[in-house]
Amino acid sequence: MDQQVMDSGQIERIRNNPKYQELVSKRSRFAWILSIIMLVMYYAFILVIAFSPASLGAPIAKGSVITIGIPVGALIIVGAFILTGIYVRRANGEFDELTRQIKEEAK
Amino acid sequence: MKSASLTTGLLGAFSLLAPLSVWAADIPKAAEKQPMNMTAIVMFFIFVAVTLGITYWAASRTKSAKDFYAAGGGITGMQNGLAIAGDYMSAASFLGISSMVFAKGYDGLIYSIGFLVGWPVILFLMAEQLRNLGRYTFSDIASFRLERMPVRSFAALGTLCTVILYLIAQMVGAGQLIRTLFGLDYSLAVVMVGALMILYVAFGGMLATTWVQIIKAVLLLSGATFIAIAALAAANFDLEKFFTMALEGVKSSALADHKKAVADGRNVLAPGGLVNDPISSISLGLALMFGTAGLPHILMRFFTVSNAKEARKSVFYATGFIGYFYILTFIIGFGAVVLVAPDNQYLDLVKGTLRGGNNMAAIHLAHATGGDLFLGFISAVAFATILAVVSGLTLAGATAVSHDIYANAIMKGKVDERVEMRISKGAALVIGVIAIWLGIAFEKQNVAFMVGLAFAIAASANFPILILSIYWKGLTTRGAVIGGLMGLFSTIIMVVLSKTVWVDVFGHAAPLFPYKDPAIFSMTMAFVGTWFFSITDGSERAKREKRAFEAQSIRCETGIGAVGASKH
Repeated sequence: MDQQVMDSGQIERIRNNPKYQELVSKRSRFAWILSIIMLVMYYAFILVIAFSPASLGAPIAKGSVITIGIPVGALIIVGAFILTGIYVRRANGEFDELTRQIKEEAK
Repeated sequence: MKSASLTTGLLGAFSLLAPLSVWAADIPKAAEKQPMNMTAIVMFFIFVAVTLGITYWAASRTKSAKDFYAAGGGITGMQNGLAIAGDYMSAASFLGISSMVFAKGYDGLIYSIGFLVGWPVILFLMAEQLRNLGRYTFSDIASFRLERMPVRSFAALGTLCTVILYLIAQMVGAGQLIRTLFGLDYSLAVVMVGALMILYVAFGGMLATTWVQIIKAVLLLSGATFIAIAALAAANFDLEKFFTMALEGVKSSALADHKKAVADGRNVLAPGGLVNDPISSISLGLALMFGTAGLPHILMRFFTVSNAKEARKSVFYATGFIGYFYILTFIIGFGAVVLVAPDNQYLDLVKGTLRGGNNMAAIHLAHATGGDLFLGFISAVAFATILAVVSGLTLAGATAVSHDIYANAIMKGKVDERVEMRISKGAALVIGVIAIWLGIAFEKQNVAFMVGLAFAIAASANFPILILSIYWKGLTTRGAVIGGLMGLFSTIIMVVLSKTVWVDVFGHAAPLFPYKDPAIFSMTMAFVGTWFFSITDGSERAKREKRAFEAQSIRCETGIGAVGASKH
């Protein structure tokens, strides 16, 4: 083991703090939901390309050369960025505040 | 019928590593050495002068090991986001993806998206955990509760394999690219790149390496923005007109790829094109996504910021810059179809490619939109890009030697920091010399497989151990080391027996392993192996390691006890 971090009393206090439980369950749920949204977006895109490439090849409007695939692709890129923004916003606000309180109470 | 379309589609979608491999293979060969490009050389020397100045400044601020490995932990989220984006926006992705769009159209965008989607997942599941648990390297996390000696040695091995393979591919690519762009001799180019990266790393450590990366990222983003705007301006910023011109450009093009698209009746603005099998395609996607999460030089960047908050912001900015960059490469690829493909001065009509190979699409477009001066600028940026990426790699390799092997595995953490730093600098020198030597030795070899192999090792050896040590209580030292080694060796064996090495390098008639990319198998082996050898581990040590998980996860969640920024 590389490092000794906290004494066992402190570990005990943090573990029994309901705010700690709240932080862990809220954050991990949030992180997994966002990860799944990202993966579903990506693999849905891939599956459409696999099974129905023509639907992404359809023009966005009658007479246009631009295909639906182009804005969809751009939206996935922008969507990835927005998802990271959503996570950072909540984590740097709500979760960090909870963490601060837990640290305070563990002293 | 259905399975045929599945195969076609999946391949188009999943052959994500191709741009990485394509570039090493496609970069112009010796015969096409260009005349000396003076503007490019002058601009490049300005870049070198500025970065050496930064190295000098950084050296005066690099006193402790923490300064050397992690820039004192004082990099902001925004700066680190640019540096991470810089590590990711290599010459390979700039030239490779834009040329992919140029030659194949829409499929190039599918590749970029594959490159990008790993980042949000890294943020959600790894970024702050890394920051809270580690100090300088990802093996800090693995050895947090596991036994130092074996786990560190394994992690250092994984790091060095990834770094050396990646470095060779970059060095060979650098020599060939620089010969084409600057008209410099191959060996001279490799020696220059090697010497500069040794200087940056040995004297300026992480601080210099980070700033070199940031400057290059800003230059590359500005340059690419200019090219993309100039290309759109040719269509008066009317997207409908821009893509109509691109379609016409393909129809009247003299290039082999475009002629083929026309002959196949394929719309380059729609998906479709390449054919391969779905297993390889999925495997490539896995290697790419999780390989990113196991690249030591990128993981190291999470320790350069002061806390978890800044670590999160880093990924937010990095994802934004990388996504923006990929949108630019898409425009640049089609811009080259509009402005470069119809112009004979950029074409090699004998080969049916662009002059210097299709990877030159962005470079030729720079010339078409901004003349000789801008061509010089973009060439200098391409050189700077390689330099910045190899420096990050060298630093990661040197850190594995001094921090993981020397300070922890051998000296058990009881070490004089000054000695550790001297070893680190020595290791940077040795790795640099090895990289120069191998770069020259491999000049005529096909090194395209090496980047793919580096990613596959990162995904199959580094990533499984890292993610399991963060999230799985049951992980033990025995499981991590055996499982990790299984991932590492199975990757190497499968790649050596696959077509890329067995046939293309060794010249055998048929591959012994049918798939080009092993990640789907090697990752499975690593995870199953780690799991099996952990759950069957009944030793006292294993029990102790499982008990220590709780303290680890409290630190991981709250950051209590995490290493902060050093005060200057």
